[in-house]
Amino acid sequence: MHLKEGCVIGLVKLESISKTFTTESSKVVALEDVSLRVAPGEIFGIIGLSGAGKSTLVRCINMLEVPDKGRVYVDGLEITGLGSKELREARKKIGMIFQNFNLLSSRTVLENIVFPLEIAGLEKEKRLEKGRNLLQLVGLEDKEKAYPSQLSGGQKQRVGIARALANDPKVLLCDEPTSSLDPQTTRSILKLLDTINKEFGLTIILITHEMDSIRQICDKVAVIADGRVAECGKVVDIFTSPKHKATKALIRGTGHIDTPDWAVEILEASSQAPDRKLVRLSFVGESTGRPVVSSIIRDFGVDINILTAQIDHIRSAPFGVMLVELSGDDDSVEKSLDFLERIGVSVEVIDDVSDFLAKVNGR
Amino acid sequence: MFDHRFVQIIAGSLGETLYMVGVSCALAVVFGLPIGVVLVTTERKGILENPGVNQVFGVVVNIGRSIPFVILMVAIMPFTRLLTGTSIGTTAAIVPLTVAAIPFVARMVETSLREVDQGVIEAAQAMGASPWEIISKVLIPEAMPSLISGVTITAINLIGYSTMAGAIGGGGLGDLAVRYGYQRFRGDVMFATVVILVLLVQGVQMFGGTLARRVEKRRS
Repeated sequence: MHLKEGCVIGLVKLESISKTFTTESSKVVALEDVSLRVAPGEIFGIIGLSGAGKSTLVRCINMLEVPDKGRVYVDGLEITGLGSKELREARKKIGMIFQNFNLLSSRTVLENIVFPLEIAGLEKEKRLEKGRNLLQLVGLEDKEKAYPSQLSGGQKQRVGIARALANDPKVLLCDEPTSSLDPQTTRSILKLLDTINKEFGLTIILITHEMDSIRQICDKVAVIADGRVAECGKVVDIFTSPKHKATKALIRGTGHIDTPDWAVEILEASSQAPDRKLVRLSFVGESTGRPVVSSIIRDFGVDINILTAQIDHIRSAPFGVMLVELSGDDDSVEKSLDFLERIGVSVEVIDDVSDFLAKVNGR
Repeated sequence: MFDHRFVQIIAGSLGETLYMVGVSCALAVVFGLPIGVVLVTTERKGILENPGVNQVFGVVVNIGRSIPFVILMVAIMPFTRLLTGTSIGTTAAIVPLTVAAIPFVARMVETSLREVDQGVIEAAQAMGASPWEIISKVLIPEAMPSLISGVTITAINLIGYSTMAGAIGGGGLGDLAVRYGYQRFRGDVMFATVVILVLLVQGVQMFGGTLARRVEKRRS
């Protein structure tokens, strides 16, 4: 992929985007002062509960929704400052797929895919050749002459993806592309997006309300809550140490472990040794493969009681979270935590067990 | 029942009716389709949003639709004469028929185009399609089955209107019914005329329905 120098700072750049929808009876603030940078070649997830403003945000990137304030840059070009003709040209390099696929029912699969090429003025022979290549890419060679109504949801989205790629876009905007698909189809569509990203280095912006989708294919994620960016960073970091309550709510159940009630019971029932700490250990990448628990028990003479554990994958890296009760003398505990951090395990000491139990029982 | 002469007269009248209805229907589509497109595209949130234009067209179309056909026919006689050189006869009748049908077609087109999925229009916009490309490549093709049904209804209405035009010298089956059936008490002619009109309406409806279904079916 050819990149201009300015791209390093962000292929897609949003600066202080604000948008308010005014109806006769009320004003709804959809976005307030949102700034984001998406680097070339990455899959950037934007997640939020419904109504958080994430869809409005992605639609501001190609000006389907015109922001009230702020600027949008794509590949160094300020989209917000364009006239209607220039905007149409710029849009040809910004692909988009939708939750409801939005295919033309009057056209066959192939005719749908070459539609953007028709608009771009490419001659028919070349259109069809490119269209057939794209059909192959999304695995629908045999559906060339079918009409959208004859396809399943997953197939329709594949056509949508092929259509969005027709003009060799610099970035692909995905507005909840899997929200109306079943889990299995969702996985296959995400996998296709992942393949496209890896093979062509295409930058992808994925809007979703499913943390699972973010976990599967995104490099970075922005959490949108109440029209603002609540949190933004690498997916691994957001998963291992979510800070905002919206993030915690979204993560619950996908790779992040809260302290469940039954863990409290176990803690109360276990030995009454004084120096016990409740610790959350998050393993990412390499460290997941190492026998860390047994080595700290052996090398530092501490005891570990595993309360709950979970292993999952973020994009292609294994990722695990473990909630443990760690006991031993202060020095050994300190040393073992140091050791864990050194080998790449992220450690969060939640509390001393006695303090923790006091808090839980006191509420 | 009928002698040879009557068969000839009826056939001639049928020809006149088909001529009037065919030409005025075609002209009404030619003028009504763009007006319908303007009504849809200039409305709020439309691809060529323009409240002023939208209101003007809306009012004009409503005025056109509220004038009774008989009155319209008489009122635009000078205009008819200007265009065709005469205000009576089959060709002259085409003018008021067309004028009456244009606003009707415009509303039909408006309703059909509005049914097109907003998301599909948005997808086209996101691809960088111009308003004209959206109209010609998205709105009209997507609404085609519904547009065909609309034209069918228009043609049937025009058959009805054409009999009224006949009453003031436009020729056609209506004229035949009035001159022979009513003024000369020829019940058999009246009956034959009505039967032909019923068959004609039935035929147009069947043809339009089949065509619309065929276009629709190709897609499913």
